Amino acid sequence: MAAYKIVHYINQFFGGIGGEDMADYKPEVREEVIGPGLALKAGLGEDFEIAATVICGDNYFGENLDEATDTIIEMVKKYQPDVFVAGPAFNAGRYGVACGTICKAVEERLGIPVLSGMYEENPGADMFKQDVILVKTGNSAATMRKAVPKLVGLIKKMVAGEEILGPSIEGYLERGIRVNYFAKERGSERGICMLVKKMKGEEFETDLPMPKFDRVSPAKAVEDMKAARIAVVTSGGIVPLGNPDHIESSNATKFGEYTIEGMDAMSREDYMTIHGGYDRQFVLENPNLVIPLDVLREKEKNGEIGSLLPYFASTTGTGTATNSAARFGDEIGKKFIEEGVDAVILTST
Amino acid sequence: MVKGIEKYGIPVVHICTVVPISRTIGANRIVPAVGIPYPLGDPTQGEDESRKIREKLVTRALKALETPVDEQTVFEKDEW
Repeated sequence: MAAYKIVHYINQFFGGIGGEDMADYKPEVREEVIGPGLALKAGLGEDFEIAATVICGDNYFGENLDEATDTIIEMVKKYQPDVFVAGPAFNAGRYGVACGTICKAVEERLGIPVLSGMYEENPGADMFKQDVILVKTGNSAATMRKAVPKLVGLIKKMVAGEEILGPSIEGYLERGIRVNYFAKERGSERGICMLVKKMKGEEFETDLPMPKFDRVSPAKAVEDMKAARIAVVTSGGIVPLGNPDHIESSNATKFGEYTIEGMDAMSREDYMTIHGGYDRQFVLENPNLVIPLDVLREKEKNGEIGSLLPYFASTTGTGTATNSAARFGDEIGKKFIEEGVDAVILTST
Repeated sequence: MVKGIEKYGIPVVHICTVVPISRTIGANRIVPAVGIPYPLGDPTQGEDESRKIREKLVTRALKALETPVDEQTVFEKDEW
């Protein structure tokens, strides 16, 4: 008898049920090894058995997330597997999201180690790579053969409780986790070595890869400033006295919108800064240093600009995750479109 | 935040002290600010002078918003 049990999750297509026309297929459990499970089983050898395969249509899963998850959790629980494997989903988007969702749920609710795999541009990858180990695959099922050794290696480590090494070594998608270790050479030596390699035009691996920033093409210039509606946004942490929305002084998870209606300037009687990343003494004294309301109001009065949006948006920029900032920007932008804002002044300390 | 807003087609001018950060994140119109604890003004030069500096920077920021750009542009001067 095999020492370790696996339950495998696949979609209707890999389960041999059918294509798009069968994507509404409800979760079903079969006590057999199906489709990609065969390659997995062959790679894992005698010590492992795939006790059951769960098949679910991608649309059914996507449209009934909670129900599908609950049902599948019950199915998996019955077998008490040592590892739960989903997919791989390659570049199938709905399948990738389903694999990520079910893996995360199995790990959280049943405490069973989970593993999936997909192509790095699968939308499920960005959604779940932080939570679930996702083996990097190509964009089609033709790359299954290459994925099997990585899946097998990780499954074996999981059951043995062995340490799983970094993403480039084990072949999974980067999770953004930093692990401390003692390097053989100190930083200055590593730096010089990298520099020498770079100058020779050789490949080198950075200790700290920079996040990838996407680009937005420049919006059209304002044609008539005298008629334009201007809004002010800041990452300088300006909030009403007492910080009613409890915006964090570092690593902000939210932004606030605060009125400037009827005000000729920002007053320290009304506003303060809670930003934890700079010496606040000057801005506490005069918040116009961050929200230049005094100047803007004057320009509004003498007709240089059309009007000012009667509130500004504010958060703290220090230590704030770029994806939080992107979300704030998206929410603010959406709202400003509704408000008919023509241009934005965004100030950062 | 700059890109999140600008992707809706609203031009954003980023008045910021650390221009390389603004460049890295991808702001398209950048006006360099005075200093981290006082981006718009300089209280060490007295309130009047500080306000004049603020006025100058805001005017430049509005000019930047009126200026068509097709790549990241840092507006460092007031010559138009």
